[in-house]
This record gives sequence, C-alpha cells and structure tokens, in this order.
Amino acid sequence: MAISTEALIVLAPLIAAAFAGLLQKQIGDRVAMAVTTGSVGLSLALSIPIFASFVWGGGEKQVVELFKFIDVAGFSSTWSVRIDTLSAIMLVVVNTVSFLVHVYSIGYMAEDPHRARFFSYLSFFTFAMLALVTANDLLQLFFGWEGVGVASYLLIGFWYHKRSANDAAIKAFITNRVGDFGFALGIMAAFHFYGTIQYDELFAAAAAQPDLMFSAGGFETRAVELVAFLLFIGAMGKSAQFFLHVWLPDAMEGPTPVSALIHAATMVTAGVFMVCRCGSLYELAPYAAGFVTIIGATTALFAATVGLAQNDIKRVVAYSTCSQLGYMFFAAGVGAYNAAMFHLFTHAFFKALLFLGAGSVIHGLHHEQDMRYMGGVRKPMPVTWAMMTIGTLALIGFGIPGLGGFAGFYSKDAIIEAAYGSHGIGAQFAFWCGVTAALLTSFYSWRLAFMTFEGVFRPNPHAHHHDHHDDHAHAKPADGAAPAHESPWVMLAPLIVLAIGALFAGMVFAPYFLGGANDFWRHAIPFEHGEHQEFPTWVIWAPLTVTLIGFFGAVVFYLWNPGVPRRLAGGPAHTFLYNKWFFDEVYNFVFVKGARAIGDLFWKVGDQKLIDGLGPDGVAASSRFFARMVRKLQTGYVYHYSFLMLIAAVGFGAYAIFAGIGGGR
Amino acid sequence: MNWLEMVSGLREFLRDWPLLSIVTFLPAAGALLVLGARASLPGENPGFDRGVRLITLIVTIVTFIASLLAFAVFDPSDSAYQMVESTPWAFGLAYRLGVDGLAMSLILLTTFLTPLCILASWSIEKQVASYMVLFLILETLMIGVFCAQDIVLFYFFFEAGLIPMFILIGVWGGARRVYAAFKFFLYTLLGSILMLVAIVAMIAIAGTSNIEALAAYARDTGFDPNVQIWLWLAFFASFAVKLPMWPVHTWLPDAHVEAPTAASVVLAAILLKMGGYGFLRFSLPMFPDASHFFTPMMFALSVVAIVWASLVAFRQLDMKKLIAYSSVAHMGFVTLGIFSGTMLGIQGAIFQMLSHGIISGALFLCVGVVYDRMHTREIAFYGGLVHRMPVYAAVFMLFTLGNVGLPGTSGFPGEILTMVGAFQVSVWAAAGACLGVIFSAAYALTLYRKVTLGVIENPKLAGIADMEAREWITFGPLIVATLIMGLAPSLVLDFTNASAQAVASAFSGAEP
Repeated sequence: MAISTEALIVLAPLIAAAFAGLLQKQIGDRVAMAVTTGSVGLSLALSIPIFASFVWGGGEKQVVELFKFIDVAGFSSTWSVRIDTLSAIMLVVVNTVSFLVHVYSIGYMAEDPHRARFFSYLSFFTFAMLALVTANDLLQLFFGWEGVGVASYLLIGFWYHKRSANDAAIKAFITNRVGDFGFALGIMAAFHFYGTIQYDELFAAAAAQPDLMFSAGGFETRAVELVAFLLFIGAMGKSAQFFLHVWLPDAMEGPTPVSALIHAATMVTAGVFMVCRCGSLYELAPYAAGFVTIIGATTALFAATVGLAQNDIKRVVAYSTCSQLGYMFFAAGVGAYNAAMFHLFTHAFFKALLFLGAGSVIHGLHHEQDMRYMGGVRKPMPVTWAMMTIGTLALIGFGIPGLGGFAGFYSKDAIIEAAYGSHGIGAQFAFWCGVTAALLTSFYSWRLAFMTFEGVFRPNPHAHHHDHHDDHAHAKPADGAAPAHESPWVMLAPLIVLAIGALFAGMVFAPYFLGGANDFWRHAIPFEHGEHQEFPTWVIWAPLTVTLIGFFGAVVFYLWNPGVPRRLAGGPAHTFLYNKWFFDEVYNFVFVKGARAIGDLFWKVGDQKLIDGLGPDGVAASSRFFARMVRKLQTGYVYHYSFLMLIAAVGFGAYAIFAGIGGGR
Repeated sequence: MNWLEMVSGLREFLRDWPLLSIVTFLPAAGALLVLGARASLPGENPGFDRGVRLITLIVTIVTFIASLLAFAVFDPSDSAYQMVESTPWAFGLAYRLGVDGLAMSLILLTTFLTPLCILASWSIEKQVASYMVLFLILETLMIGVFCAQDIVLFYFFFEAGLIPMFILIGVWGGARRVYAAFKFFLYTLLGSILMLVAIVAMIAIAGTSNIEALAAYARDTGFDPNVQIWLWLAFFASFAVKLPMWPVHTWLPDAHVEAPTAASVVLAAILLKMGGYGFLRFSLPMFPDASHFFTPMMFALSVVAIVWASLVAFRQLDMKKLIAYSSVAHMGFVTLGIFSGTMLGIQGAIFQMLSHGIISGALFLCVGVVYDRMHTREIAFYGGLVHRMPVYAAVFMLFTLGNVGLPGTSGFPGEILTMVGAFQVSVWAAAGACLGVIFSAAYALTLYRKVTLGVIENPKLAGIADMEAREWITFGPLIVATLIMGLAPSLVLDFTNASAQAVASAFSGAEP
C-alpha cells in the first residue's frame, strides 16, 4: 500500500512515538530524541508546501481516505486525511510548534532520566493532534480529541512521583471528559437528525432543513441549535473556557515545553478549530453562537483578571492563554471565523514563545517559578529577555492602526472590531469584555516582564540549596542581577524562530486570513468577500489606548512604586483574584465531595443494607449448610463431583459426535 | 494457490466435519485425559502438576485452533445458522448445534481467552489437576451455551456452567469464598428456575424446542402478547442476574473478590456475556411485543446501573471490587444498546460484550500480576509500582484507558454505538448513559494513580519484580486484540452484522 504524502504527515509522528516508546531501552535516549524530532521535522517539511499552496498557489480541498473505521446503519466514519485551508493552517501551526518544542526539549530535558518516554509522548501527541485537524467526520475528530487528551494527561503527569502532577493530570482528564459528555451527545444528535457525521454531508443536511425541531420532555428547540450547543460544550472543556477552565492552570505541573506545545499553542485551540470547522452549523444557530460569544467573552475577561494576581510565572501565562482563547471564541461566535483562526495562528507563535521563554527563565534560575523570587534576570539572560519582550508586544497586540505592528495586533484588533460590528447575540458585551481584557492583558504581561527581568534579584528565602552542578553560576553578582545563566542555543534557537513569527506572522498573512486574498479560504469556513467595513475612529484606536494604559499602570506599580502591589496583597479583591474566584473550592465541595458521598450512599446503604439485606443475606443462615458442603468438596470429594459431571458431559458429546457424523445435516 | 482458493479449499474439506461438536467437547476430552492421568499416577508430585498445566494449555490452544477452523468455514454474509448438527433425542428434543455471527464471535472470545487463563493459573499450587479439570469442563459448557440450537440443550449448558464456577470460587477462592460462592449460586439458580418454567411453557405452546424454529414461530405466529409478558419476565430473571443488571448485581463484586484470578477473568469475560446473549437470542426475537413493553424499564435499569455502579466503583478499596463494579456499569451499555432495538444499539452491544471480555479480562489479569506477588488486592497497600514495574505500568495503563472507553481502544466503539442507538429512542437515556463517560475516567484513573504512580511508600514493595515472560505472553494477545478492535472495529462489526440485523428486524417487526 502506497502511503500518500498527506497520510505520512499524520502517521510519521505516530511511528516515531511507537518506536521511541517501545524500544526506549534498546535504542537509548539519543536515538529516541533524534527519531521523534526528525519525524515531526518531516511532517513540518511536508506541511509547508501544502499551506503555501493555499496562500499563494492554487491549493484545492482534497480528502485522502485510508480505511473504514466504523460503518453501521449509516453511522460511518473513515480514517481520512482531509486537506483544506482550515487543516492546512493547523498542519503548519501544529508541526511548527511541535518541531520547535522537540528541539527545545533536547536542551530543557537534558538531565531527565526519562527523556525517551517524554519524546515518545510528545510525538504521540503530535500524531493525535494531526489526526484531529485532518479528520473528515466528527468521529475521527473525537478520536483525535481524546487522543490529545490522553497525551495531555500523560505529559501533565510526566513527573509521576509528584502527587500534585498526578492530581493535575487526572483533573485535566476528567474536566475534559465533562466537555466530552456534551461532544459525544452532539455527535449522537447530529446523527439522529441528519443521518450522517461526515462534515460536508452534515453541513449540507443541516442547511437543507434548517427548521428541523428537537423536543424532549417539554423542551423544544431547533435541532441545529442543539447540535451546535452540545458540540460547543466539548470545545469548552478542551479549550478551558469559563466553568470548565479549572484544569488548565493546574496543567502547568507538566514540564514547560509541554505547556508551550499542548496548553498554549495547539491542543487548547482544538475547540476553536472545531467551532470554525462547524461554522456552517453555527451560522444556522444564532442562539448557540450567542452562547459561544458570551462564554468566550466572559472567559477573556475573567482569566485576565485572575492573571493579574498570580505569582507563578507559568500560571500567569496559562491564564493569559485562557483569556486569549476566549477572544478566539467570541470571534467565532460573532461569525468572524477568519479572525478567530487568524488569532489562533498568531497566538500559537507568541504564546509558545512566551512559554518557552518562561521555561528558559525557569531553567536559568534552577527551577524557580515564583516571580516574587525573580528580578534582575535581563542582564544574565539577554537573548531570553529580548525574545520574551517580542512575545509580550505580540501578546498585547501592540501596533499603530494604519501603519502596522506585531502579530497579535492584526488578529486581536480584527476580533474586537468584528464584535463591535456584529449584531449577533452578546456581540456588544463581547466588544466591551474584549477591550477591558486588552487593558488587563497589557498590565499583567508587563507585570510579568518587569517582575522577572527588571529591578533587583529577590532570592527565595525558602529555597533549599542544592547545587549539584555549575556552582560558579551562583557567585552572586554585585549589581543585583540574578544568579542565572543564559540557556543553551538548542533552547534559544526555537525562541528566535518563534519570535520571527511573532514579529511578522500578522503582517504577512493578514491580507489572506482577513482579506481573503487569493481566495484563501476556499469555502473551508463561512466567509464573505465584502467591502471593508468602516468602524468609528474611537473603536479603531481603543485597543492601542487601553494597551498603553495597561503598560503605564505596570510601569507605575512594578518599576516606580513596587510597594503598592505589596500593600494591596491580602485585601479582599486580591484574595478573590489570587484564589481564582474560588472555582476550585466550590467545585471540590460540590462535585468531588458530592460524588464521594453519593458513591458511599449507593454502596453502603444501597448495595449493602437495602439490596443485600433484603436479598441474599436475609437467608444467610442457610449459608452454614453450604459451608459444610464446600468443606466436603475441599477434602477430596471434588474428584467425585467433577468425575460425574465429566462422564455425563463426555458421554453426551461422544454420542452426539458419532450420531452426528451419521445423521447430521 | 492464492489465499482465497486456500480458504475455499479448506471450507470444502471441512464441510462435513462436526466442527462445533469438536470445538465444544475438545476441552472435556482434555479433562478426561487429565483425570485419567490422575487416576493412574496417584500421589503428589510437582512434575505431575507441571505436566497437567502443560496438557491443559495445549488442549485449550488446540481448541482455539479448532474454533479458528470453524471461523474459516463460517460465512458472515449469511444470516442463517451455519454448521448445523442435529441429532434427535428423547421426548422430541434434539442435540442440535449451530452458530450465527453473534454465537461465533462469542465462541472465539471464549476459546481465545481460555488458554490465557490457563497461563495465568500457572501460580495455582493447590490441587492443580482438579483445578484444570474444572476449567476444561467450564470451557466446554461455555462454548456449548453459544452453540446450542435446542433450547433445552441451551438450558443444560447454561446452568451446568454454574457448578464448576461454584467449585472454583468455593475451593480456590480467597478468605470469604464460601459466602461469595453461595451468593453467586443462590442468585443465579433462583433466576434460572424461572427460566426453566418458561422454557417448558414455550415448548408446550410452540411444539418445538428448536431455537430456530421457535424464532420462526415467534415471527410467523407469535406468542400471545399476554403470555409473552410472563415468558419475558422469566427469562429476564435469569439473564438480568447473569449480566448482571442493577439491582441484582451485588453477587458479582463478592464473587470476583474471592475468585482466583483466572476464574474472575472467565466470569467477567464470558459468563456475564451469557446474559446479553440470552437477551439477543431469546427475549428480543421471541418476545418482541413484551420487549417493546419493557423497553422503558430496561432503559431505566441500564442507566441506573451505569451511574450507580460507576459511583460505587469510585469508592472501592479493593482492586477487584472496583473492576467488578465497573463491569456492572459497562454491562449497562450492553442492555441499553440491546433494548434500543436499533441496528446501531445491537451492534454496539455485541461489540461492547466482546470488548469488555478482553478489557475486563486483562484488568483482572493485571490485578492477578500484583496479587501473585503480594497476596493482597487492597488498593492502599500499593503505590509507586511504576518505579519497579515500568512494563506492568504501561500494560495496566493501556487497559485502564480501554476501560475508560478511549477511542483507539476496543472500549470506545461499543459505548458510542450503544449510545447513538439509544439516542434514537430516548435522548434522556443516552444522556444518562453518557454520564458514565465522565465517571469511568474518575474511578479508573484514580485507581491507576493509587496503584502505580507516586513514590513507593510501602517497604514491602521495594523488591517487587516486573512482569516475567509468561505474563508477557499472557498479555500480548490481549493488547493486540484491544488495539485492532479499537482501530478497525469494522472487522468485527461486519462479522456480526447479519445476526444483529436479524434481531433488529424481529424487534422492529413488532412495533406497536
């Protein structure tokens, strides 16, 4: 069987993952790293021409079918590689970030004894993500969806000796499963109403009968609203949206390259990808789309507020991710699928950059993650600082309207304007959330930058001193710079590549994503080539204005007057934000404790007292009789019983066989 | 000569062989061999025990090969019973065997798992010969259940299977084995007495004990709907206990906890499937009106089983009990799918039965691996095993994910198909069952964390050894089966398609 290029893109990382995972003892860490990194490099090399053909050439949608997965009574799914504009974007995003993260991890994980396992997981994740984005039906999408979930589970819990890592891994999986509950029901509903789960057929069927009704138990709605709503529940879980966001910050227990790849650039954007992929459904379902808008906008604002008060450098970036995903969702909710995908695209570069930069800082500071014990890192780590600054500027979307700016400027402003210009449900709410969150984003981003890189180094008083290597790095510099060391080039090179993306990805690709040049989208998402919509001047300048306010706020609080935040710490507002609006506490009480209590009730009262009490134990007295019988069996009579049974069975069979040969049909 | 010609040549060659009888009674013949050897070589000696194990293993492998021959002869595109052997017996009854895709797939499951069970029983030291004899008899009886095409013969195999299992638990079981064996016996026996009465009534009404003829009678003439209700309930009593359904499930955790590892595997993997098989073979096609009537009840019981058992599993302190409760939940999907009466639901239920046979079997074997070393199943005793047993941890992870129903493992297609099928009939039942998707992740991953992850705190675990070659060989086929069924479920679904279609059309033919 000849494997097509498209199939090879998806399968190469799987083969490498299996090879590295199964033979890790035999081949050793170096070969495992080379094979996995090489395989993703190959996938990247094969993906770039495909993406380029959609941007500049005449790339056409095509579906490569491999073999049948399931086909029962019309519920059918085929293992496929679907290539269109949407999946081409994702192929480049996933493979670029994955390849860079593989390279970076060679340096970051250099001292880990389980490197082969780590790289095997990374490549497996890449495979599952590629299977997700190239699916041609909802079931393969679900396969990839769960596959990346497992990879995420395994990588969050990679350091399995840590209880906190194991708990975070399980929390991530279960929270995602809550979302999958909706997703699975969405698949069922889609099949029930439209008789297919294959994308094109499904969208056509939904468009053909837009007024099909669903009703159950007195509840009635349009079927397409139900399907779109249920699918979005899945997206909320995977993309850590409000109510189901709780796993993402905890997921930072995993090694930092994992956070960059899975929990920033790729897996968490799968929900956005899904909503865009199913854009044709959301176009028909204004209420479900409104729900998407409102949840997205709420998340964008909520996560940004929490990000203000976190001290762990990775958690700040994690909440920032959560918030940016919210932007993507409300863009999709108001129908600007192109802006959502564009932000997904640019965000992958600068957020992976920020995470890997944070990892570089953590690596340089000997695994210190608390920003209160950082400061003065710029001097010893100039490259990391420069790259992080580019990432920060891209994240806050810095740019001058009409002139140009960093990557995030193009995509974020497009989202905010789309919300302003939309008449969809929740669009105006989303606009204001988006503008406010932009202010907060700027503030917490600069807060992170200043607390980490500027000022005087603040050593951690609780740190236990374990200098197993490079003691010379700990000679305390006199000028207040941190006792850090710059990371090796194998880690810096990926930062530089991502920084190039954060600088130019917006500028270069905006005409295609936003303007639809060269008929870029080719009907992969609902997109209309219209004349450019005119917005009021204040709307166009609002993002830059709030960004500057946020910047100066951070300058005042963290450079000029660092005493102010310390005085605010401990106040009610800070406590509320620091504890992330107390979601974990409430969920823990309601769901975890609740499940335990109900489980105990069913078990100890239901099964043991009621069912067993009324049933078998009620006649337990006769068990003494059985006890005697069994004792006899044990003392040797067992042969007699089994012999009797055997004679009967064999005699029966022998007769049957001999008679059967003669008289059988 | 190409492959297709070889298969058709083989089919031609085997056409007149009583293959099903051979598959069914090969293990019994093996048991006779062991007993003969036991009689001629009195006294205990270790070499003898080793010989017995080896003979048993060979017999079960030969049985598996024989069943593969039957599989090669079988034509899945034909919905009729195949390889039929029929010999008249007394009182109008007949010794009659035959299989369709459903029966064939369950027979293969049985013959596939039994050699693995024998391998897993290598550590049995007590009365090895009797143990192996009982196991072989049990295999004959289990295969017989799926082959039997006469309802009385079916009943014989169905009930006789209780006895070796009762003895296996009662003699080779754990501390509370007597209580467990008694509970198991009492429950299942009570259920089956009612079924016997119903069988007699059916023969009296329809004038035949031939299962195919009974189904034809039900299709063409039909049992009186009022009578159907009673007959359905009598069969339900037996199958619900066997499966088991809520609220007659409490024997299962006790039986599993006390049973030796291999008996647990057989119990979960095959004996439980007899309940699902019974619903598909008798309840739906023969009492379609009653099945329609009871569908809401069956849906309710299925959903309660899924939710209830999952939540109880979450709280268990004993590894085997936890897996036993998870079995109850997974069987809930089977009844849900069957009583949706749709092709999707029925195909999903059959698939779920086969998949659960492999995954739950493998999970009980996983418990057996550490039980053999530490002689306890208490979850709290363990922790951090991955540091000493990385290979075991990987295998256990795979089957944990299978238990969770991860796409790509065999655990997924059955669950999704049953739910899609149920959704057509009742959105709420599908939604309730779907909750199981969340709960299964909670209990399975928590178990995995407690047993394998973290650090080793119990000093007794400091020297625990990883899986040895024999254990590898035991798990290898199960791993392959789980992944193949997970990635290409169509291979199985196409095989059972015709049988499922027959059941679905019998059921929908009676649409009120």
